[in-house]
Amino acid sequence: MYMGSLVREQLRLARRTLLLLVGTVAVLPLLFVLVPATASASVLGVPLPWLLPGVLVYPWLVLLGWRHVRRAERNERDFAELIGEASR
Amino acid sequence: MSVLAPDGIDTVPGVVAVVLVTVTTLAIGAWGLRLSRTTSDFFVASRTVHPGLNASAIGGEYLSAASFLGVAGLVLTFGADMLWYPVGWTAGYLVLLVLVAAPLRRSGAYTLPDFAEARLGSRGVRAVCSVLVVAVGWLYLLPQFMGAGITLEAAIGAPAWVGPAIVALVVLLNVTSGGMRSITFVQAFQYWLKLTALLLPAAVLLVVWAGERGTAGIPGSLDWSSPAGGGGGGQELYLTYSLIVATFLGTMGLPHVVVRFYTNPDGRAARRTTLVVLVLLGLFYLLPPIYGLLGRIYAPELVGSDRADTLVLELPRLMLPGAGGELLTGLVTAGAFAAFLSTASGLSIAVAGVLSQDVTGRAYAGRRLGGIAAFRVGAVVAVLVPATAALVSPDLGVARAVGLAFAVAASTFCPLLVLGIWWRRLTDVGAIAGLAAGGLGSGAAVAWTMAATEGRQGWADVLMSQPAAWSVPLAFLTMVLASLLTPGRVPGHTGRFLVRLHTPEELAVERGLDGHLDRSSLDSDR
Repeated sequence: MYMGSLVREQLRLARRTLLLLVGTVAVLPLLFVLVPATASASVLGVPLPWLLPGVLVYPWLVLLGWRHVRRAERNERDFAELIGEASR
Repeated sequence: MSVLAPDGIDTVPGVVAVVLVTVTTLAIGAWGLRLSRTTSDFFVASRTVHPGLNASAIGGEYLSAASFLGVAGLVLTFGADMLWYPVGWTAGYLVLLVLVAAPLRRSGAYTLPDFAEARLGSRGVRAVCSVLVVAVGWLYLLPQFMGAGITLEAAIGAPAWVGPAIVALVVLLNVTSGGMRSITFVQAFQYWLKLTALLLPAAVLLVVWAGERGTAGIPGSLDWSSPAGGGGGGQELYLTYSLIVATFLGTMGLPHVVVRFYTNPDGRAARRTTLVVLVLLGLFYLLPPIYGLLGRIYAPELVGSDRADTLVLELPRLMLPGAGGELLTGLVTAGAFAAFLSTASGLSIAVAGVLSQDVTGRAYAGRRLGGIAAFRVGAVVAVLVPATAALVSPDLGVARAVGLAFAVAASTFCPLLVLGIWWRRLTDVGAIAGLAAGGLGSGAAVAWTMAATEGRQGWADVLMSQPAAWSVPLAFLTMVLASLLTPGRVPGHTGRFLVRLHTPEELAVERGLDGHLDRSSLDSDR
C-alpha cells in the first residue's frame, strides 16, 4: 500500500521533467514561427535558431537529466526510510 | 551512384583507416572473447558492466552513419531545421531516463519481447513484439550498410557493394564469436574513436577557415535557410514536430538501445548510465553542424546533391589540399567506418537475440539448436538480409532512413513500454491492438516513402514521409481504448509486477520481490 505513494511520486516527477522539456525545448520551432523576432535575433553574431538547438540545448538536457536523477533517487530513499520505520 | 573519387586521388589514407578500424575492432573483440563463455555473456555481458563503460558503449552503438555523416549533409542542404535530428536523438535519452530506464532494468527482462511477455503474460504479445524488433532492426540496419557503401566509394573509389560486404563480414565475425561482452569493449572504444575522428578535423578546419576568413566569406550565409516558416509554412512545421515526436519517443523503442539497459547492475545504475550518455551525445552532436556550415562555404557543389552525405568525408580534402588534408580524410573515414561497425553490431545482436529465441532456437522436426548455435544462426540471418537489401534499395539519405526507423519504434514500443510501466489497466488485447495500429500505420508510411520516387508535393506525401505525429497518438489511443474494453484480461500479477518495476533493488530483495525472471532462464543454459 505504501507502494502506491512511491509510484505516484515518481510519476509526478516524470511529468514535471517532461513538461520542462516540452516547455523549453520542443516549443522552440513554434516560437521561431510565431515570434519571427526570435528567429532573427542573434547573440555574439550567432542567430538564435542556430545557437539554441545547435549548442545550448545540450547542456540544458544534461541539467534536466541530472535534476531528475537526483530527485528520483531522493524519492526512493524517502520510500526506503518509510518502509524501514513501518517495519520497525 | 557514380564513383566519387576522381582519378589520381590518394586512396592510401582511406584504405589504411578502414583496415586499422577493422583490425582493432576484431582484436578488441577477440580479447573480450576470452572473457565470454556462457550464453548469458553472449546476450547481456552477465550484467556486470560499469556505468562509465556502459555509457561509452551506448554512445558508441548509438552514433550511427546518420549521426556521423547524415546530419552534416542535411544541415548543408536544408539548414537550421535539420538541427532537430541530433537534438531529438539526444532528448530521446532524457525521455528514456525519465520514463523507462530504471523500471525496465528492474523488470529483469533482456529484450523487448521478454518485457512484453513478463508484463502481460501473453505469448501473442511476445510474437508481435518479436516481429517488430526484427522490422525496426532491419530498417535501421539498412542505412548503415548504405552508408558503408557511400563511404568506401568516396574515400577509395571502391564499388558500392564493397562497403556493405566488409561491414557485414566484420560484424558477423565479432558478434558470432564474442557476443555482447566483447561488443561492450568494442563499442566503448568506438565512441571515443568517433568523437576524436570528428573533433580533431573540425578543430583544424575551423582554424583554416578563421585564417582565410577574409577571402572565403563568413557564415552571414547562416540564414540561407531560416527555420520553419521562413517560407515552407505549415508543412515545414509539421515535419519538424513529427520528427520531434519520432525521435523523443522512438529512442526508448530501439532494440539495440533497450538491450544495453540489461547490462546495468541495477535500476539506479541504469539511470546514471543514461545521464552519462546525455553528456557523451551532447558533446558529439556539437560537431556535425560545423561541417554543414563549413560545407556551405567550401563545398557548395554538394548542396542538395545525392552526395550531400559524403560532405564529412570530402571537406578535409577540399579545405586543406596536401598531406594534412589526406591525413584528416583518413581520420574521418575511420570514424565513419567505426560508426557503421558499432551500430550494425548492436542492432545485429538485438535482432539475432530475438531470432534465436523465437525462430532459430525452436525445435524443428525434433531437432533443436543449442543456445549459442541458435544465436549464431540468428546473427547470420540478421546481418545478411539488410546487407543484401542495401544493394538494391533506393537511396533515401541515411539520416532520413534512420528517421523512419525511429518513427516505427515510437509508434509501437513507446506506447507498450510507457503504458506497461505506468498504467496497471493495460491488457494483452490492448497491447496487440495498439502495436498493430502503430506498426501498420507507420509501416505503411515507410513503404509509401520508399516507393515514392519524386520529391514530396502534397500534404499526403508530407504526412507519410514523417508519420510519427499521427501514428504515435493513434497507437496510444488504440492501446488504451482496447485495454479499457477488455478489463477482464488485466493479468493477475500486474500489481506485483509494477511494484517490482518501481522498487529499489535492495528493498525488493528484502521483501522477496526479486523476480522469477531475473537470472533464471538464461543461466540455466550454462
